[in-house]
Amino acid sequence: MTQKSLHKRNNKLAQSQEQLDFLANGIFKNGELPTFKTKLAETGIDTLTAGSLEVLQINVGYMCNQVCEHCHVDAGPDRKEIMTKDTMQQCLEVIKTTKAHTLDLTGGAPEMNPNFRWFVEEASKAGIKDFIVRSNLTIIRANKKYHDLPDFFKKHNIHVVSSMPHWTQGKTDKQRGKGVFNQSIQALKDLNAVGYGMPGSNLKLDLVYNPSGAFLPANQSAMEKDFKHALLDDFGIQFHNLFAITNLPISRFLDYLIASENYEDYMYALVEAYNPQATKSVMCTNTLSISWDGFLYDCDFNQMLELPVNSKIKHISDYNETLLNGRQIVTSQHCYGCTAGAGSSCQGNVA
Amino acid sequence: MQKTYYDPADLKKFSKISDWNEELGEKFFDYYGKVFEAGALSEREKSLIALAVSHTVQCPYCIDAYTGDALQRGITKEEMMEALHVSAAIRGGASLVHGVQMMNKVNKLEM
Repeated sequence: MTQKSLHKRNNKLAQSQEQLDFLANGIFKNGELPTFKTKLAETGIDTLTAGSLEVLQINVGYMCNQVCEHCHVDAGPDRKEIMTKDTMQQCLEVIKTTKAHTLDLTGGAPEMNPNFRWFVEEASKAGIKDFIVRSNLTIIRANKKYHDLPDFFKKHNIHVVSSMPHWTQGKTDKQRGKGVFNQSIQALKDLNAVGYGMPGSNLKLDLVYNPSGAFLPANQSAMEKDFKHALLDDFGIQFHNLFAITNLPISRFLDYLIASENYEDYMYALVEAYNPQATKSVMCTNTLSISWDGFLYDCDFNQMLELPVNSKIKHISDYNETLLNGRQIVTSQHCYGCTAGAGSSCQGNVA
Repeated sequence: MQKTYYDPADLKKFSKISDWNEELGEKFFDYYGKVFEAGALSEREKSLIALAVSHTVQCPYCIDAYTGDALQRGITKEEMMEALHVSAAIRGGASLVHGVQMMNKVNKLEM
């Protein structure tokens, strides 16, 4: 189990340019596999273009209580990038006027931002239809000061989306760290106890599944059935939907792929599973990602690769939704992760 | 000419079997696809059967393919290994049950 982020370990893959260089070279440079741009062209798509904004995703910081093996953020307790109250204030101005129907807070563990609760309280006043907080579950049990999070989420009608890589302890702890499974189970029970995830409940609790290794996720609805069956039978836990998310070959997952000599096979699998239908509704066409320091990206993955939006509007302080709509999406080979099979997004399958 | 009988890269070329007989190749792959669809058995159950049979027929391509398939479906190592023991038990049992034939023969021939 990883204990420190790539940044803390001074791993060269902590640098986004190193990752981009790696993804541009090797099998993609020698023509063994087509680059993402070539593949788009082969399937009659010149470029990916952003449509009207539907999801505003804000990353409030890279600090996290966990150090997961696959984390595309390279998050962990040693990451100090945290959104300030000033930047949150700028975000709130945007939240008040955006036409997006979904506000999605992510991290790191967003709850670790010292101004998280204030931000949620203020943002919820804007009355956005779907207000998501991506919670890693263990944070709820990590410290007494977080134990009341289920009630806090309920008070502000937050839609909780939580990571859960498997319904067994072995697979979960291997990916996310020793003890994570039991803490996650307890946190899910805490959420159920206040009404989250119960059948017919308006308090939405969805789980995110991502594979614990160098393979793609299987059919989302079949996985959901297995998860529901196992969690209910073994622990009496209920939830609403399961989102199956493909691991993108960046950051710590890229480091793992290279170290385990799975990189080439994984990229082959992604390219072979390329689905033009998924490409048409890929999340960057309706999402905008805002980083902890207020810069704008097409998605959270591009944020980590430091690939800013292709627009003269680069920062939340200059935000203009009309100008951002219609921008050309910035792509690289990691984008194959979102177009494989039934597609992958922060909301699960897209095709 | 390759120096080994099996090359992992050949698995990716499986569909090329149709190049030399399109009609039969397509019929086979249509059938193959249909077999693995959920029916009276779930796709998950069929995947485990395929994994066990892959070991019985000792097909390295199939073992690669259905180990990956099992992981994708969230099948655990414990489930996979149990399926293999079913395969091994049948395979071992198939040898041993012929012992009855041997015993019959011995009993017939010996005074």
